[in-house]
Amino acid sequence: MLFTSLSFILFLALLLAVYYIVPYRFRWALLLVFSGIFYAFAGVVGFIFIGITIITTYAAARFIGSIHTSQSEYLKNAKDISRQEKKEYKEHSKKRMRVFLVPCLVVNFGILALLKYILVGRGFIGTDFILPMGISFYTFQTMGYIIDVYRGKVAAEKNIFKMALFTSYFPLLVQGPISDYKKLSETLYTPLSFSGKNFLLGFERVLWGYFKKLVIADRLLTAVSTIIGLPSEFSGAYALLGMILYAIQLHADFTGGIDITIGISQMLGIRLQENFDRPYFSKNITEYWRRWHISLGEWFKEYLFYPVSVAKPMLKLSKFSRDHFGDAVGKRIPVYISTIFVWFTTGVWHGRGLNFIVWGLGNCIIILISQELSPLYKRFHNKFPSLKATVPYKSFEILRTIFILSSLRMLDCYRDVPLTFRMFASIFTGGKYLEVLKGGFLELGITAADYIIVLIAVIIVFSTSMVQRKGGIRERLFRRPAVVQCAVIALLLITIIIFGAYGVGYDSSQFIYNQF
Amino acid sequence: MDELIQILESINPDVDYRKETNLIDGKILDSFDIITIISEINEEFDIAIPAEEIIPENFNSAQKLYELIQRLED
Repeated sequence: MLFTSLSFILFLALLLAVYYIVPYRFRWALLLVFSGIFYAFAGVVGFIFIGITIITTYAAARFIGSIHTSQSEYLKNAKDISRQEKKEYKEHSKKRMRVFLVPCLVVNFGILALLKYILVGRGFIGTDFILPMGISFYTFQTMGYIIDVYRGKVAAEKNIFKMALFTSYFPLLVQGPISDYKKLSETLYTPLSFSGKNFLLGFERVLWGYFKKLVIADRLLTAVSTIIGLPSEFSGAYALLGMILYAIQLHADFTGGIDITIGISQMLGIRLQENFDRPYFSKNITEYWRRWHISLGEWFKEYLFYPVSVAKPMLKLSKFSRDHFGDAVGKRIPVYISTIFVWFTTGVWHGRGLNFIVWGLGNCIIILISQELSPLYKRFHNKFPSLKATVPYKSFEILRTIFILSSLRMLDCYRDVPLTFRMFASIFTGGKYLEVLKGGFLELGITAADYIIVLIAVIIVFSTSMVQRKGGIRERLFRRPAVVQCAVIALLLITIIIFGAYGVGYDSSQFIYNQF
Repeated sequence: MDELIQILESINPDVDYRKETNLIDGKILDSFDIITIISEINEEFDIAIPAEEIIPENFNSAQKLYELIQRLED
């Protein structure tokens, strides 16, 4: 069931109609039932896999939690044991916990790897195997939880149905955000009571998401697919046009989808973490990755980058390098190895194929080069201190970042790495710029009217982002008279209905990030 | 404490580490800096800071970081 389908609108309306009527203590259970219904629409096979994740994570967390409890009790009562004995006891407990943690991680990441990299797209009982809905997102979310229980950061959830809701809460199944257990469980199991303001602000955010998805992203879909689908014909200026249109489409698609997710949750009294912080205003790639798909970046930092960087073998390697190659090399070793490892994994997470690995490592190389060049930048800016604050220089930094990340994203689009490199090179050598300007851009399956609608919509989104720097727009709108608020909502609704791009049977396309 | 301040100053000499209490939340130190600091602490104090201790509360100020080192030395 797509967020943009009529069946989903009906599903949501039904949920909202009963949600605030049922007694407060049953609301989380109602969400679980509706999440189950939502999941059933994506295919019954998915239930097996999400079921395995819920049961294994729940059981492992309970075992680990009980070891934590007995450890605390033992240490509380054993006052006369030495520091060394305490340390040994803790180490022994950790070992026992790992007996449950490791198999849980292996089973769940194993299922994800098996399905995503081996079975997907292959013939399976007469039909091509499709990845279970949201598996990349819920696997990361639940594995984050089990590691948190192991670390003693959170207590193990005692109610398996609550665990099931944490895993399957339907707005998160489409494309995240990959949520932290501590923050999500609080709001999911004890949501806010009904508030007209929250409901209205949530509804406005949902509409804003639909506006981005239907008016911008889906309208550009045909043009982007045409350019990518026929690379021999659409090279040179067309490849550049495709790159620009894809940057706009992906931003509208992903941020729009997350707006819908967060907006629906706000209407239900559930506060989700933000997944974007106006990413296209970033001054460099490192900053961009702190502002785009924040939840994935945080996950990798917390559960992969830091553990790998501070692992004992890494510290030993760092020490060895210091002794043999000097301080400069030694202190770079953990940062370099962990960064390469994390970006390789980020590439693999995005999908099967060399494209994504090259994409991940491409990001990694740029980040490490910027890191190395930072003293040089610093010297440059010390020499020209006023330059950094000027609008032209800031614009240059932003456009440079967008160009680099869009170039790397071409690896998302084309079927293999050599073709991607050829298409990228053709931007500079392939010409066709006059052909595109003379009307070639109208041969891509979308009309001049589509371009104008997208352009106006992009200007609206851009202006909104500029205004947002000074605080939330919806909060400010809320302080205006009711008639102004109604007018804005009506205008947004009419714009979506008139200018939204709809496919066959008024069903639009799935979100791009849902495939990852 | 002086050794720790020296380590921190080698990362970014423009910060007053004896007063600053917002090193992580204020985005003064990033994840690369944190890893470099941990590696230097390992070298200087011969202690390993585990991943679960890498939280803003432990890294927001030199004082908090020093307390963490002392706790781990125990």
